Amino acid sequence: MILNVKGLEKSFDDKAVLKGIDLEVYRGQIVALIGSSGSGKSTLLRTINLLEEISDGQIFLNDEDISDPRVDQDEIRRQVGLVFQAYNLFAHLSILENITLALRHVKGLNQADAKAKALALLDRIGLADKADSYPDKLSGGQQQRTAIMRAVALEPTLLLLDEVTSALDPELVGEVLELIKDLKAGGTSILMATHELSFARDVADWVVFLDGGVIIEEGPAKEFFSNPQQPRTIEFLQRLRRRAGDQ
Amino acid sequence: MPNTKSPTLEPSQIELDRRAFRHSRKQRSTLVAFISTIAFAVIAYLSLTSAPGWDRVQQSFFNYETAVEALPHVLDGLLLNLRVLFFSAIGVLVFGLALALLRTLRSPIFTPIRLFVRGYVDLFRGLPLIIVLYLVGFGIPGLRLEFLGRIPAEVLGTVALILTYSAYVAEVFRAGIEAVHPSQRLAARSLGLTYSQTMRLVVLPQAFRKVAPPLMNDFVSLQKDVGLISVLGAVDAVRGAQIEVAHFANFTPYVVAGLLFVLLAIPTVRLADYITNRLAKREQAGALL
Repeated sequence: MILNVKGLEKSFDDKAVLKGIDLEVYRGQIVALIGSSGSGKSTLLRTINLLEEISDGQIFLNDEDISDPRVDQDEIRRQVGLVFQAYNLFAHLSILENITLALRHVKGLNQADAKAKALALLDRIGLADKADSYPDKLSGGQQQRTAIMRAVALEPTLLLLDEVTSALDPELVGEVLELIKDLKAGGTSILMATHELSFARDVADWVVFLDGGVIIEEGPAKEFFSNPQQPRTIEFLQRLRRRAGDQ
Repeated sequence: MPNTKSPTLEPSQIELDRRAFRHSRKQRSTLVAFISTIAFAVIAYLSLTSAPGWDRVQQSFFNYETAVEALPHVLDGLLLNLRVLFFSAIGVLVFGLALALLRTLRSPIFTPIRLFVRGYVDLFRGLPLIIVLYLVGFGIPGLRLEFLGRIPAEVLGTVALILTYSAYVAEVFRAGIEAVHPSQRLAARSLGLTYSQTMRLVVLPQAFRKVAPPLMNDFVSLQKDVGLISVLGAVDAVRGAQIEVAHFANFTPYVVAGLLFVLLAIPTVRLADYITNRLAKREQAGALL
């Protein structure tokens, strides 16, 4: 088991956003978090990356309690990659440098090795010829694939994806989802918040439905979508499918 | 290619008409600008020269012979200003950045440091430079610290300039640091970069770009304020001019010194404009307004 979240709670001031989450991610699995905006998906991912301090509960990464304030937080963040909805590529660096930055300063690779590794990763997503371009010259899909590779470059134990396709034009969503499929085939363990239900059904191993800061229902992907049990799950799935049908 | 239309095709008649109209309007506005500039210059010249005291003013402020005689001495002094400018600019950048960074520290241990920086910035932004010059220039030697020896006036002047300008520049840097979107820090931290690595590798490089124009403005101000060290007795361009004024009983050397400062400032001002424009273009490419 890569990740084990136990009774996780998170409040902002008086507002409880996560109210006791239990979650497990096994090696090589993709776990999909679904739920409407404000259900706590992003907050959950951020707490696992230690970007938010939790209010109660525990988070174990490879059996190490990373919610213990005595752990080296920077070291944990090295092991957990996080990709954002808005890409967050470094605006002042070329896409190559975006990837080499952490390789050099976190992993301690020398410039030549970092560059070779980054170029190989860019080549994998077909952007090697754009290595020296700046993020604002790239399409959203290209930026997001670069952002994913920036996180993957550090060979994280666990990769967190926070609605990585939500800011993309519909025709660019496919290329990013293809990349995630590739990563899974390569054995990367992924926890992803997503609105892409058909992707979750086809590629995820386990689906978790979050609503109002609690897990309403979870299960193996095929089962979850073909035979949802809880009324709120059914209602949520219907609503999303109706919207998808409209388009 | 399905599209046989070449992009270099002859423009349509409508576009040609539009271009002709724009062209004629541009010519007309150039002409208007030219005529109004000439008219304005003539009026300004006539009203100045027709003033009853103009002959005496011309004699005592714009005297060619005095200017030629005084120029070498004033230039000598300007070299001192340039040296002071060089060391002040470096000192201001280093000290100003340090102040800005200290102010961004969040740990409670640093609370006294943060308070100190805030007090410092408030104090030196409010104090007139000339008072700082007097306090430093006459106060520090007044302490009679033997190990310091006799400090030259230009060094004390440099210290005063650094103290004052660092307060301004610290605020500029702080604004720049805060203008970098928080998502950039988040991305850096999520990759495992430490707080100081994030500052050094991600936040500051972006902040520097944002603050280049206001920083250049402060540099232009510094360029002329180095002339104020003359109040401490350093023989710079202003003090040199003063000596020449006393010698010739004529104010022209002041005008000479003033012109030299302006000549010094023009390249920096143009550079500042250029940088500002380039940044503005990058941020709103394609917009007409």
